[in-house]
Amino acid sequence: MLASVQPMHIPDGFLSTAVAVALWVISAVVIAVAFRRVGKELGEREVPVMGVLAAAIFAGQMLNFTVAGGTSGHLMGAALATILLGPWASVIILTCVVGVQALIFQDGGLLALGANIFNMGIVGTTVSFAAFSLVRKLSGGQKWGLYAGGFLAGWLSIFIAALAVALQLALSGTSPANIAIPAMAGVHALIGIGEGLITLGAVSLVMAARPDLLKAGETRNKGNALVWAAGGLLTLLLAVLSPLASIHPDGLEWVAGKAGFLQTAREPLIKIIPGYLFPGVSNTALATILAGVLGALIVLAAAFAIARARRRKTS
Amino acid sequence: MSCVVEVEHISFSYPDGHPALRDVSLELSHGEKVALVGPNGAGKSTLLLHLNGILPRQSGRLAISGLDVSGKNLGRVRALVGLVFQSPDDQLFSPTVFDDVAFGPIYQGLAADEVRTRVEEALALVHMEEYAARVSHHLSVGEKKRIAIATVLSMKPAVLVLDEPTAGLDPRARRSLIELLRELPQTMIVATHDLPMVKELIPRTVVMDHGQIAADGPTASVLCDPVLLAEHGLEM
Amino acid sequence: MSHAHFLDPYQDRPSPVHRLDARIKLLLVTAFILTASLSPLGAWPVYILLLALALSAELLSNLGIRFYFKRAVLALPFVLAALPVLFTTPGGAQLSLPLGLAVTLSGLERFLSIALKSWISVQAAILLASTTTFPDILMALRALRLPRLMVAVIGLMWRYLFVIVDEVLRMLRARQARSGETGQGGHKPGGTVFWRAKVAGGMAGSLFLRSLERSDRIYNAMLARGYDGEVRSLPHPALQPADWLLLGGILIVLIFILAVGQIAWG
Repeated sequence: MLASVQPMHIPDGFLSTAVAVALWVISAVVIAVAFRRVGKELGEREVPVMGVLAAAIFAGQMLNFTVAGGTSGHLMGAALATILLGPWASVIILTCVVGVQALIFQDGGLLALGANIFNMGIVGTTVSFAAFSLVRKLSGGQKWGLYAGGFLAGWLSIFIAALAVALQLALSGTSPANIAIPAMAGVHALIGIGEGLITLGAVSLVMAARPDLLKAGETRNKGNALVWAAGGLLTLLLAVLSPLASIHPDGLEWVAGKAGFLQTAREPLIKIIPGYLFPGVSNTALATILAGVLGALIVLAAAFAIARARRRKTS
Repeated sequence: MSCVVEVEHISFSYPDGHPALRDVSLELSHGEKVALVGPNGAGKSTLLLHLNGILPRQSGRLAISGLDVSGKNLGRVRALVGLVFQSPDDQLFSPTVFDDVAFGPIYQGLAADEVRTRVEEALALVHMEEYAARVSHHLSVGEKKRIAIATVLSMKPAVLVLDEPTAGLDPRARRSLIELLRELPQTMIVATHDLPMVKELIPRTVVMDHGQIAADGPTASVLCDPVLLAEHGLEM
Repeated sequence: MSHAHFLDPYQDRPSPVHRLDARIKLLLVTAFILTASLSPLGAWPVYILLLALALSAELLSNLGIRFYFKRAVLALPFVLAALPVLFTTPGGAQLSLPLGLAVTLSGLERFLSIALKSWISVQAAILLASTTTFPDILMALRALRLPRLMVAVIGLMWRYLFVIVDEVLRMLRARQARSGETGQGGHKPGGTVFWRAKVAGGMAGSLFLRSLERSDRIYNAMLARGYDGEVRSLPHPALQPADWLLLGGILIVLIFILAVGQIAWG
């Protein structure tokens, strides 16, 4: 129950530091804007409403339904939160959910947390928002638009977020684009159906019980052209970029090479420190043995310390 | 076989090692109504959750209408045991009352006509016929309790198992719920703290404490034993 | 009744790691994971040293190495995503497999590096979560200048997480209790997959509504105690010289490890 149900939380070690840090920066900026916007809207109620609903989305991710052959469908919740509370609140809620999952349950890494917030919170939210608003507009305010929009938002949020994950892995050199992208896309095109259906079911319940909430969303979302554009752009970008990248994986490696500013930064550093300072280290095998011995000594020292502390307590 | 519910020497510990049931035995014959009383944490809810296999038994024997509660019988047993949870909010999760009451029959794979008939019958039994199209979320607590009972009656269960049916009800809603329970002919197990209701409605009382059955007998004699009541933290 | 306490990963033990200030722990764990992330591929000696650091901290935490290894396994399934690099990284001797696949030496190096880095990093994260209570982690986040509003939201979320997870578990149980079979032939139990998804959606929707209403009640209860939207907290206790010493010492070790890795394998 602790491990995540969607193969979407990237652990530490799978992203290059450059990609992880860049996504941390983007996420931090978006979260800051989101707090400002939600604070203006909810005022003092911000803390209780965001906190309780973050807990609800966290718990809601445990809801499931049997699909077939022992597999089950689950909820991520970005689309649901976006439709019911608006994109900015959804960004905050998903940030808290993904953050607690990383901090407490090691569901996704800490350095990779920026990326996970970006994929599930920001991509998931903006894409859902764009899809839902578009279908609502096309339906001319009729009821079917609500349901179709709910399903599409749920499905697309998972699908596009998965593309983002695959692209980041490819950019980091962790998984080749021509395999990662079709694989993630294929799996999540299916998983997304579950998300879409649950979102649809939840929206129809809220429509039956509290239609006022959905109405309030309508008026609130009028001023969110920015999110609209961002969601549309992200969807298009990822939907176009991914197939391109998977056909031409070399192109992505070229980008990765360019983006890997750490590589370029490293070169002068190596030149500054001449090789003869570490003569022994140039021999990898010797260095490995050395590290092994040193490591064993460190661990032994810790074991010795803890044993001594215990003995002192018993005597 | 005359016994609808057969519980023999059941014990159960939660994963943290806390023992919740110790060697519990209980038999109910057809149409019998039994009250389960005792302090919080006595093991009442744990026992109820065993009756349709939500909690798997760790030892002993457990059968409903002669069917062993385990493995491939679980689906059948869950249709036979109508478990009504304490909080109706946990039980009502569909947009409309109709959807909630129809859950059991649809899950069983009944035809659409049969499902509709079952829902109508169940709602009629709890006197809520005109509520089918209503939204569960907006009902009062008393109404929700009745609908929660209808959601299991639609499965035509052999046994009704109710956890705290009168908790949180105002006097009027409580009164009408008691009258409803009086009308229902099913075999019934009612876990409750509402001893006046027990005295009025249920002929047999089982006292549970510390996971064990402390007393089992006619309600009149159990509830009129002040020493027994005091020993297990009960008050009339 | 079974409750959602299993969610809290904190394991109470008397140990120097438990006693260490949460701020220091959070900083060190972050620096440690950053070091692992910045280490070049195939820098085995660096990984060995990092693992040795993690293992010693685990020993000192009194929880037993097995506990960490067991939990760290939970995070491993993601390595599947890195499996293709075994075959697609050019260079090095090849080990031919059926289906025309061939593992290259540099592919193996890359794959093992990713898996090891990930495994070492997750152990540090487990160490933080299981030796620090959540309120202490919140305090550390606040001290490290995370926006107070955000920390307040996460704190409230943590408080109600258990309540709402319990609620979900009860709902799932109530659904399970009514998932019965007729026992006669001709009826296939379970309904259609769309219907089952819709039911799960209904549960999500009602959970959402009830949580929204709960947040209203909580807000009122906060107002009743004088809440005005401003999040206040007591000042943080000062860090001791020993804390600073430890922080500085381990940071220097990490920087050294990082430098060696960069120079020799970068």
